Amino acid sequence: MKRVQFEHSPIPYLFIAPQIIIIVIFFLWPAAQAIYQSFLLEDAFGLSSQFVWFRNYTDTIFSDAWLQAAGFTLVFSALVTFLSLALALLLAVKANEVIQGASTYKTLLMWAYAIAPPVAGLMGNLMFNPLIGDLYAFMNTIGFDFDHKLDSVDAGFVVVLISVWKQVSVNFIFFLSGLQGIPKSVTEAATMDCKSSFRRFWTITFPLLAPTTFFLMVINITYAFFETFGIIDTTTQGAPGGATNTLVYKVFQDGFRGADIGGSSAQSVVLMVMVLALTVIQFRFIEKKVHY
Amino acid sequence: MTRPGITTHLILICGAIFMTLPVWVAFATSTHAPETILREGLQILPGGHFFETYKEVLFVEGGVMKKVTATTMMKNSMILGIGFAVGKVIISMLAAYAIVYFRFRLAVPLFWIIFMTLLLPLEVRIIPSYEVVAGMGLLDTYTGLIVPLIASATGTFFFRQFFRSVPDELLEAARLDGASAWGFFIDILVPLSKTMIAAILIIMFVVGWNQYLWPLIMTTKEENYTLVIGIKQIYQVLSEGGELPQFQKAFALTILATLPPVLVVLIFQNWFVKGLVESEK
Repeated sequence: MKRVQFEHSPIPYLFIAPQIIIIVIFFLWPAAQAIYQSFLLEDAFGLSSQFVWFRNYTDTIFSDAWLQAAGFTLVFSALVTFLSLALALLLAVKANEVIQGASTYKTLLMWAYAIAPPVAGLMGNLMFNPLIGDLYAFMNTIGFDFDHKLDSVDAGFVVVLISVWKQVSVNFIFFLSGLQGIPKSVTEAATMDCKSSFRRFWTITFPLLAPTTFFLMVINITYAFFETFGIIDTTTQGAPGGATNTLVYKVFQDGFRGADIGGSSAQSVVLMVMVLALTVIQFRFIEKKVHY
Repeated sequence: MTRPGITTHLILICGAIFMTLPVWVAFATSTHAPETILREGLQILPGGHFFETYKEVLFVEGGVMKKVTATTMMKNSMILGIGFAVGKVIISMLAAYAIVYFRFRLAVPLFWIIFMTLLLPLEVRIIPSYEVVAGMGLLDTYTGLIVPLIASATGTFFFRQFFRSVPDELLEAARLDGASAWGFFIDILVPLSKTMIAAILIIMFVVGWNQYLWPLIMTTKEENYTLVIGIKQIYQVLSEGGELPQFQKAFALTILATLPPVLVVLIFQNWFVKGLVESEK
């Protein structure tokens, strides 16, 4: 809050109105609809519907397909978050050390931020295309019986690889700026006290980066949950047999392809609760960071 | 500081190759003839079919209905990217101005409404959002494409943060000079926020250009495709048609979809990095 403000008047409502109107029409109303529809069961033609309390929830959440998607989302998010953070941290630490060519490295490592996930997915899909894809051929040459169209682990590998590739650059940007925020005096003092750069990193640098890391974890989990939609839609589309369905992709498939509005809405509501939990965690962390 | 060793550079070079090689290969392959690609696979060196492929992709109608060229899709993507960025900056600046500079009764509840959009990513309300836009007759229009995307809270939080760091004395002085609420905003706050506006515009252009799910569900006509959604639809036609799979065109389309946001990020790299790091705080 500002100490000095304008007096009471209708003016602020005019300023804030555009955003609020759009939010009510395109955010709150649809979200309310999703909650409402999650309690309804429609017939196959969408002509009549019936209030069924929590049946859509129990039907979807205890179905094998949902549990499979939840399991995959969990493993997928953990892998994508961990791998892209680890890779980005390694590169950021190294990029922070060099003087020669620093800006070239920086540019080359961060530019992929601008590529859309579905475009990355499509490129990856082409590289793993059995007809022309060298990555496909390579995986088979080094002894894997690789077939991402049929084998669920292989399909998961493709999706994770592309998702990690796409996310490294964002993490790199934040880690590098976090590293550059560490005062020179701290690193110099540490260098005098400790010869091993490996130990120096884990005892000094990494703890100082903790706020950045935690923040990035939230960002990456959100990314793995939601934004990877485009990657999955352009590569496996959940195949084989729903093995690479994330929860978000399943909402889309059930609602649009399967026309199961009630079930899809119930899944949406479950996802909203998950986002809520993530946001609460994020905000508690941000509070902490302010006092840090 | 010890001098960085050869391993440091080696790791960085490997990282740089990992991040750039796939896109380079996509580009190199796009410049070869379809027969070459089918026979030899992906290409690391550019071939001689650059103009042929790109001319065809850009100007000859493709797709299921044979109604869309990459030029049309690029125009749509451009409108989405710029419209999204500009709309978002305007709407969120106005809202942030009201929140920071005015005392009004509904300030707190309205702030919470804006905040709630963070909890409602498009993905969790796809079907009802689609129904709302369809009900308003906005399918296949730029309005329906852009407006539902611009209301989320990220921009508002960013400008709120920035306005709070502006010294209070400015408003005091402006009011002594008799500035109105609108005058203070336009003459003082907007010029003061120039760098921030530029940074947010760049980031939001990339975000808008890269939108996938929303354009996918709300455009039904091919001539309204953006590049990012068009390439997938066209890819299916290219690779599943009876004739020779046209992989070079698919690669060319991914390159065209990549180029504009990448250029924007590279040209405005410093602003972009600053904006990104600041806005997420």
